[in-house]
Amino acid sequence: MYRIATAQLWVHDQDEALKFYTEKLGMQVRSDVTVPELGNFRWLTVSPANQEDIAIVLMAIPGQPIMDEQTAQDVRELMAKGFAGTVFLTTDDCQAAYEDLRSRGVEFVEEPEERPYGIDCGFRDPSGNNFRLTQVNDLVNS
Amino acid sequence: MRYAEPLEVGDLARAAGLSQAHFSRAFRKAFGESPHAYLLTRRLERAAALLRNTDDSVADICVAVGLTSIGSFTTSFKRMFGTPPAAYRAAFPPAATFAQVPACVLRFYGRPQLRTFREDDRAAR
Repeated sequence: MYRIATAQLWVHDQDEALKFYTEKLGMQVRSDVTVPELGNFRWLTVSPANQEDIAIVLMAIPGQPIMDEQTAQDVRELMAKGFAGTVFLTTDDCQAAYEDLRSRGVEFVEEPEERPYGIDCGFRDPSGNNFRLTQVNDLVNS
Repeated sequence: MRYAEPLEVGDLARAAGLSQAHFSRAFRKAFGESPHAYLLTRRLERAAALLRNTDDSVADICVAVGLTSIGSFTTSFKRMFGTPPAAYRAAFPPAATFAQVPACVLRFYGRPQLRTFREDDRAAR
């Protein structure tokens, strides 16, 4: 069997992303290593303080020849449209988490709203990646 | 979770709605150590993880865990882990070992960097 360890998001700028994920979202750096022999490849991962066994890789869009310019441009466009990736976060109290993140400077694109599955809101990171923040209804016990 | 911020015992006491003296006494009774020691332990554990898993400088790590004096950071770290931060880091494999470099990056940089194999030179001559 296996477990999910890390999942990747493309970011425009790893330093900018690092600041957003740690200072605004309150996540912690799990690893941050640059390998000079491999063109300064930087392995940068973050995750919430209470989840040490899973992380998001904040990956820089590579240049040529690893990724050709057209593909890199396509990826940047998808990110700008918010179609490059989405992370689904869950919380026990959507309104409180929303207010906490907003007070830290996170700009929400959707305010908390009642949905069939719970209370849901959404924001985007500086690269355009989508985040949903959801208080999921306990459908089994309610 | 907020220990990277400049938290002091007074902030913890205020959050709990108690006077600092009463908070410290009650905390020690409940958890067996002073809130100051608890906070410092959490910060040093986090610093140890950053020393193992990042290539950030010792000074940056000190600041990242909410401590301001590198001198006292080094002293407290040594008291807890038996070695100063730099030696602690050196006892583990370099953090770069854990970078999960994608195969396409490895293949590109794994190729010989002199890529003409001199055929071009000969043709030019």
